[in-house]
Amino acid sequence: MTIPVLDKDSVLSSMSSHPAVRSMTPEMLASPAFDATYDRGELTLTVAPEHIRAAAAAVQQAGYNFLEDVTAVDWLPAEPRYQVSYHIVSHTLKERVRLRIFVDSIIGGADSITPVWPSADFYEREVFDLFGIRFHGHPNLRRIMMPDEFEGHPLRKDFPVEGYR
Amino acid sequence: MSQFTETSSLLAARPEDPTKDRTMILNMGPQHPSTHGVLRLVVEIDGETVIKIVPDIGYLHTGIEKTCEAKFYQQVVPLTDRIDYLSPMSNNLCYCLAVEKLLQLEIPPRAQWLRVMLNELTRLNSHLVWLGTHAMDIGALTVFLYTFREREDILRIFEHVAGQRMMTSYFRIGGISLEPPLDFFAIVQNFIKRMPSKIDEYQNLLTGNPIWVDRLKGVGHLSAADAIALGVTGPPLRASGVDWDLRRDMPYSSYEKFDFKVPISHDCDVWARYVIRLEEMRESVKIIQQALDGMPEGPVTADAPKIVLPDREKMKTEMESLIYHFKIVTEGFPVPAGEVYQAIESPRGEMAYYVVSDGTAKPYRVHMRNPSFATLQALDTMCRGRLLADVVAVIGSIDIVLGEIDR
Repeated sequence: MTIPVLDKDSVLSSMSSHPAVRSMTPEMLASPAFDATYDRGELTLTVAPEHIRAAAAAVQQAGYNFLEDVTAVDWLPAEPRYQVSYHIVSHTLKERVRLRIFVDSIIGGADSITPVWPSADFYEREVFDLFGIRFHGHPNLRRIMMPDEFEGHPLRKDFPVEGYR
Repeated sequence: MSQFTETSSLLAARPEDPTKDRTMILNMGPQHPSTHGVLRLVVEIDGETVIKIVPDIGYLHTGIEKTCEAKFYQQVVPLTDRIDYLSPMSNNLCYCLAVEKLLQLEIPPRAQWLRVMLNELTRLNSHLVWLGTHAMDIGALTVFLYTFREREDILRIFEHVAGQRMMTSYFRIGGISLEPPLDFFAIVQNFIKRMPSKIDEYQNLLTGNPIWVDRLKGVGHLSAADAIALGVTGPPLRASGVDWDLRRDMPYSSYEKFDFKVPISHDCDVWARYVIRLEEMRESVKIIQQALDGMPEGPVTADAPKIVLPDREKMKTEMESLIYHFKIVTEGFPVPAGEVYQAIESPRGEMAYYVVSDGTAKPYRVHMRNPSFATLQALDTMCRGRLLADVVAVIGSIDIVLGEIDR
């Protein structure tokens, strides 16, 4: 049971009628950061960090009404270092799409999508707390898991896992 | 978290003139019995009316996601039990499904059906604890004793099949760890036969009780639009009139072969959540009965010698099995690079594992999307403008488990 893996060009050509792919604006598609893959039955659309709020609003318009999850991956030592993944499901299409952005360790942030989905509040706070990625326009970007005076961000790959602090 | 966070920093600034300061700030928890764990709520009240609630979490944060990164794929399974002590099998299943999706592994039907059956038993188990504690929070102490009687039966079934009452770790990547004992199906059948009358019994104790009705009806209103905007899943979402159940709408582990109803209510209140969970228990009983009736024969693990540990007997006679066993235990097994998001309908709502692999034998990143974490965001919306005493009813109705929120 092997599902074929589709890269950017084949997703854009063979899945062009897919609602999530169709919702991407020409501006997003033209960005060098844009990428699309279809792997193991999951569609991933990578957009430029500055487009994330617009992309979230676009897929919401396309029927993907429920934000399930926001999380991040630290790809140390690669640059851009952080990947932020947004999982969005459609209750009518019964289908899921993953939006993805790559965030530079120097810029270290992206626009918050709380104006699109208020539920992103806790998820983005968690990502901020554990990875140190800032979300601009978040109403209440405070630590959520760790104590306020805690130093460092535990889920970063360079966070020490042993020894005294 | 914030045992050190000043209460003032969680809420808006107080007016300078103390005579204009009409509201009071109340700390509820972290050791409050009705918060089901260590949840701290900072509640702003005007008299008895709730103005605002700010949940403060993180007291149970143990860094399970970070720990997963240091383990082999198969070693993560016992960690997943510890996230939610009421639904260990759901966590096991969700993690195993995610890794199996990464490996593109086919699971034999018998294992899939057993997984469904055990997951529905887990749902019963979790809903029984929810019903008992929810009723106890509201003051109906007796129900707790009744529900824990049946829960004990389920825990005995778990112990019989997995050797553990709560932290079962029974599922494996590629199937389940062992063929269940011979009398297992008879025990489950016996339990299932009794269960519907027990659910009637709980209903008799509660549904007609005027105190219970007054405390639940019209309390904790959450509209469908708010529920979707705030990320609410599971029974609270269905109680708000959104017809969405992952078991039916995005089936996994052969759920598409089972016939069951998804209860929906448009009342949007605590009462609706109570009714829906009771209905779900009845549906779970039906699913378990179907699984018992149509249980397929065959192996309980996939035919993948490099991933699934070999049979103990074979290890004593076959060289290859011994080598595979040694390799899996000492080196793990590499998983092709990629990322998957696998969601299942846990007793509390949508539970999902997001597993990222870099091609080695250890996961690069494991993230759990837990239903309680998102549902907690809706607490403020549900309680605002209501009485302080209703907060307890609302917390009970969203059925949170703090271990799962803080991970």
